[in-house]
Amino acid sequence: MTWVLLWTDALLFVLVASLLALGFYARRQEHLRRPWRHVIRSRVAMVSLVILAAFTAIGLLDSIHFRDRNSGEVLSLFDRWAEPLRTRMEKTYSAPFALRLYTREPVYLPDGRTVWVYPRLRFGGAHLTDPRQRGPDIVRTALIGGAKGLALWTLAFVTIAFARRRRPPRAFPWHTVALVCALLLVAGFAIGELSLKYHVFGTDKVGEDVLYQSLKSIRTGLVLGTLTTLIMLPFAIGLGVLAGYFRGWVDDLIQYLYTTLNSIPGVLLIAAAILMLQVYMSTHGEKFASIAVRADMRLFFLCLILGITSWTGLCRLLRAETLKLREMEYVQAARALGVSHARILMRHIVPNVFHIVLITVVLDFSGLVLAEAVLAYVNIGVDPTTQSWGNMINSARLELARDPIVWWTLAAAFLFMFTFVLAANLFADKVRDAFDPRRLEES
Amino acid sequence: MTAYLLRRLLNAVPILIGVILITFTLFFVVNPPDAMARMQLGQKYVTQEAIDKWKHERGYDLPLLYNPRGKGLERWTRTIFFQKSVNLFLFRFGRSDSGRDIGADIRERMWPSLAIAVPTLVLGLMVNVTFALLLVFFRRTYLEFSGLALCVAMMSISALFYIIAGQFLFGKVMKLVPISGYDSGLAAVKFVILPIVVGVVSGIGSGVRWYRTLFLEEIEKDYVRTARAKGLSEPRVLFRHVFRNALIPILTGVVAILPLLFMGSLLMESFFSIPGLGSYTIDAIQRQDFAIVRAMVFLGSVLYILGLILTDLSYTLADPRVRLQ
Repeated sequence: MTWVLLWTDALLFVLVASLLALGFYARRQEHLRRPWRHVIRSRVAMVSLVILAAFTAIGLLDSIHFRDRNSGEVLSLFDRWAEPLRTRMEKTYSAPFALRLYTREPVYLPDGRTVWVYPRLRFGGAHLTDPRQRGPDIVRTALIGGAKGLALWTLAFVTIAFARRRRPPRAFPWHTVALVCALLLVAGFAIGELSLKYHVFGTDKVGEDVLYQSLKSIRTGLVLGTLTTLIMLPFAIGLGVLAGYFRGWVDDLIQYLYTTLNSIPGVLLIAAAILMLQVYMSTHGEKFASIAVRADMRLFFLCLILGITSWTGLCRLLRAETLKLREMEYVQAARALGVSHARILMRHIVPNVFHIVLITVVLDFSGLVLAEAVLAYVNIGVDPTTQSWGNMINSARLELARDPIVWWTLAAAFLFMFTFVLAANLFADKVRDAFDPRRLEES
Repeated sequence: MTAYLLRRLLNAVPILIGVILITFTLFFVVNPPDAMARMQLGQKYVTQEAIDKWKHERGYDLPLLYNPRGKGLERWTRTIFFQKSVNLFLFRFGRSDSGRDIGADIRERMWPSLAIAVPTLVLGLMVNVTFALLLVFFRRTYLEFSGLALCVAMMSISALFYIIAGQFLFGKVMKLVPISGYDSGLAAVKFVILPIVVGVVSGIGSGVRWYRTLFLEEIEKDYVRTARAKGLSEPRVLFRHVFRNALIPILTGVVAILPLLFMGSLLMESFFSIPGLGSYTIDAIQRQDFAIVRAMVFLGSVLYILGLILTDLSYTLADPRVRLQ
């Protein structure tokens, strides 16, 4: 087993490390702690945060890759953990919790006749001898899983309660968070236990478990939502602050740059860049060792392009704010004292536009996750071999025309995507309310 | 006024040059025409003659920037850059890689695009402004709270689901309208209803929230307090005073996107197979027809810049305090 470091993995962990560092730094700064206390006191924000954290944990687990010694495939820790889900492939479609395939197959009887039957699934409910036992078995399995989750939750929260018994109670909404954690753990364990015996969300055209696909898609959404921001931030902050601070020809140049980029329709720029990447990859095939590396390159490139098309909005906001800040007394005073431009920018300007950066980043996140689905539909999204909600929707879209319809892939993609984006939106709203000085005054 | 317009138009020229340079770099420098030809003709079993023929038919066999074999000006004009990029400036889009006249295609396909985009914009604006005003009117009540929660939920759903759900519900189950397609003249009405409805509904979440913030910003101003102090009723304050003043940012925001309506909606048009410019672009992307993509990029930038100029003009028209200089 050799570890494989893909581009997006490395950047994702750089991002996590810098977030931790930032959090550590912010702990000591009172002016940064105050808005966060606002966020922490909000019940909605904390519930969303718990859900986002659960998604992120799966995404990060899915970002530690290694090359499997037996098959030579590039797998992730998540794949190893969800091994049963990944390997138990059926032949083709099967409905959620089904025991039989969704299509009929011919069976050749010994007397020469052919009958068309719905064959039993290879794995889904294969342990049942009598199909009538399915209902009670599902309930029993779910209860066992739920009990395991509840036990884990009890253990965790008793420990926390014990550890914190001497501290005075704070504004943190413990009850709500505990309740959401309990729900998540019980539901998660119940589904986990069930998924060992059944296909909870059914299987798709090639017989892959839809639950597994949905879980794998988390990483794609997470990478797109976060890495794009990571790529765009240096451009946006650097250029926006420079334009506002120096004005004159620097400002003209930077304004020209972002007006030009903005004027190109975003989808077309992405399409053009992806087309070019495809041409490049097909002519330089030898540089991409495996499908995983290739798919990852495309994901990374997509983040890059999305970053290039999306820094202009933040840049404009930062320019306007810096124009205002540079006339403030403290900046004037620093200049009069002979502080260098670089130092004024680093110490006086950038920290004071930081709230705008933060608000934009959290607000953009959900939009990027949603954009992935649209791009996948236009065929300029992530690689078709990468699991993503967009690709799931795209492949399932045509199945609605079938009779009887195959609805579960769409339902699973909808459920996961909606939960993820909704949590991100709610959290972003609270962060904005807490950090935007104008909104703070209202409440 | 004329001088101002002229200056703005001249300002657009360097931006368009920038756009052309970017597209030129993307399409010709990063990947030479040989690579494109090989991709179009299939990867493996393709001879050099076939590639040369493909390039010659489409005019890609010229040098990129400078032609040493030409005479006089032809050294610069008989190049890919001049033929393929500079001609865009004169709105001569040339022929697509599959041989069709792009200019004629665009003129023909913009009408279906407009038939969807304009009603979606107008209806969407009316619906969003109405709901936003109602939310502001009922502010600090449970009605507002649940309305806002609904908005967040609605904007967390991908546009794809709205389209799929709309097609499934109204097209397949209820059979009220055809699932997709288009027809000329008035017969097109039954085909455009569903895309318009879906477009409006999918925009409600973010639209209502956006207009609500515009109204809330307006409501804190002094003239509103004066109006209330005069004893005017709350509906009168809101629907007459606040609404009229908030129209300025709303209208100027709409004006900015008016020209871009020509480009059509990529998603709607291709899902409902409407022969507009949006589906034209998507088809071009999927067939990897670089000439069309280039033309649409240029057209999009021109329309965007037009939108910027129109926005500035509309400010002066809507708000007498703003003067052009």
